[in-house]
Amino acid sequence: MSQTEKPDLIHTRIWSEEPEPDNPFAARTAYCHGYDVYGEILQQATYLEYLFLLFRGERPSSPMLRSLEILAIAIANPGPRDPSVHAAMAASVGGSPAAAALMAALAAGAGVSGGSREVYHAMELWTQCGCMLNAWQSAFAAPPANGKMQVWPEAEHPPGFAAYGGRCAQPVLQTLAALSANLGPGCTQWLADNRVRLETLADHPMAMPGVIAAALTDMGFTPTAGEMLSLMLRLPGAAAHALEQGERGYRRFPFFSLDIGNDPGPVQKAAEAA
Amino acid sequence: MKDASLLAAFEGPLKTNMGGCFPGERAVFRGHDLHAEFSHADWMDLYVFGITGRHHSAAQLKVLHAIWVNTSYPDPRLWNNRVAALAGSARSTGTLAMSAALAASEAAIYGRQIDIAIADFLVRAKVQAESGQSVQDIVGDELRVNRSIGGYGRPVAKSAPDERNATIFALAEEHGCGNGAYLNLAKEIEAVLLAGRWRMRMNYAAAAAALALDIGLSPREYYLYMLPAFLAGMSPCFVDAMQRPELATFPLRCATLVYEGVPRRSWTV
Repeated sequence: MSQTEKPDLIHTRIWSEEPEPDNPFAARTAYCHGYDVYGEILQQATYLEYLFLLFRGERPSSPMLRSLEILAIAIANPGPRDPSVHAAMAASVGGSPAAAALMAALAAGAGVSGGSREVYHAMELWTQCGCMLNAWQSAFAAPPANGKMQVWPEAEHPPGFAAYGGRCAQPVLQTLAALSANLGPGCTQWLADNRVRLETLADHPMAMPGVIAAALTDMGFTPTAGEMLSLMLRLPGAAAHALEQGERGYRRFPFFSLDIGNDPGPVQKAAEAA
Repeated sequence: MKDASLLAAFEGPLKTNMGGCFPGERAVFRGHDLHAEFSHADWMDLYVFGITGRHHSAAQLKVLHAIWVNTSYPDPRLWNNRVAALAGSARSTGTLAMSAALAASEAAIYGRQIDIAIADFLVRAKVQAESGQSVQDIVGDELRVNRSIGGYGRPVAKSAPDERNATIFALAEEHGCGNGAYLNLAKEIEAVLLAGRWRMRMNYAAAAAALALDIGLSPREYYLYMLPAFLAGMSPCFVDAMQRPELATFPLRCATLVYEGVPRRSWTV
C-alpha cells in the first residue's frame, strides 16, 4: 500500500486504547465499552461481570450475573466421558501442545449432537417458538428446510433434547431448577413448568443444550453469541482433564480395541503359509 | 426416542471396515494392506480412496491435484492465510498455525461452506434440468430461496473472470475431463446469471465442484476432498512471518482502533 492511501483501520464498539507516549504499539490504557480495564475493572469487577460486559456491552444485573455463574458452572466440565473432554485428553496423553488439546475440545464440542451448534439450533427454536406449545409442536412436525447444504451434518435428534434415554437426567433438572429460580419470567421458567409436555412432543427428554439455550435466550444473547459463549465455557474441564491425563501418560489411558471387518490379514505370512 | 441400550450395543471393540494398525506388523486401509498395496500410490489416490472407498484414474487424479494447485495462493492478506501468518508472527507452532487456518477455511463467503453448497446445488439442478425444468427457472428458484448461489460472483474482483478457471478448464480438457454434464450445466448457469440482472460470473468454487462431481464425487465427498486445498498457500505465509522479527507481521498501532462505542464511564458510579 502506498503512503497516500488510507490506512487499514479496525472499527470497534468494544475496545479503545491510548498508546504509551514513547511507543505507539503499546497501550497505556485500555477501555472496554467505556470502562478502564486495568485502572478500574481489574480492581472492582468479577471475571464473569467482565465477560458479560465484553459480550453485551453493559454490566449484568445481579440475577443476570448469578445466571451466568450457574451457566458457567453447568457447562465448565461435562466430565471425561464427554467427546470434547475425551478429545482434549487424547491430544494431551500424546504430549501435544496445550492449544492442540483445547482445539480438540472445541472441535468435538462444536457439533450438533451435544455441542455448541446444538445450542445454536436450540436457541433458534426458542426464538421461533418461545413459550407457545403449539409452535413447538409445529416445529417438531416440520420437515427440514430445503436450503443450502451445510458443512454441519444433519441433526439426528431435536435440538436441545437428549439423543438417548427415556427421562431427563438429574444434572439437567438441577441446572434447570437453579436457572429458573434465578431468571425472571421467560423461556427458562416456562420450560421448568412445561418440560414434560415438551418432552412428550419431542419424544426425547430435555438435555443440557436445551436448558442452556433457554437461559441464554432469556439473558438476551443471540444464537451466534450463545454458540460462541457455550464453546468458551466448556474449556475449563477439558483443560483440567487434559492436564491430568497428560501427566498420567498414554500407557494409563484407554486405547480400546478394534474389530476390523475386512482385514485382509498379514500378507507376508499368508504367502509363507501358501 | 432412542433407548440408551443402543449405546450399550456399541461398547466393546469398535467395529469398522476403515482399517487400523497392527504396530510392529502392518496397517490395514479400507480392507487393503497399506504397505503392500499403496506404498507407491499417489497420496491423492490414497486420500480420495480414504474418503470414497473408490479408486480413480490417473487422469482424474491429475485434475483433482490441479484443482488444489491452482488455488494455492500464498497471500497473507487472505483471511485464512492471515491466521497462519499471525500464528507465525506470534511464534506459535506450524501445525497449530496451519490447523487453525484450515479450520478458518470453512468459511461462509469462500472455502468449504461454499464448496458444499455449490456442489449440492449442482446435483439438485442437474436432477431438475433432467426432469425438463429450464436452467433459467432453476436459477430463479434457487435465488428466491437462498438469495445467492455460492460459486457465482466473488467477494473480491466481482466483475472480473476468475483467473483460475481458464487454467483448470484447459487442464481438465487435456485429461479428458472437460466435457462432463456438471461442468456444462455450471456453464449454462453462468450464462443465465451473466445475462440477467445479477451479472455474476462463475468462480473457481463452481468450476472445481463441477469437475469433481463429473469425476464422481458426491457433495460431502467433495467437501472432504477440498479440505487441504488452500494448505500449500498457507505454509509460505507462516514461513514468511517466521522470517520477520517476532510480532512484525501486520503490526497494529493503538491508533488503528477506531472506537465507535459508548463514552468513557466509571465502574464505581
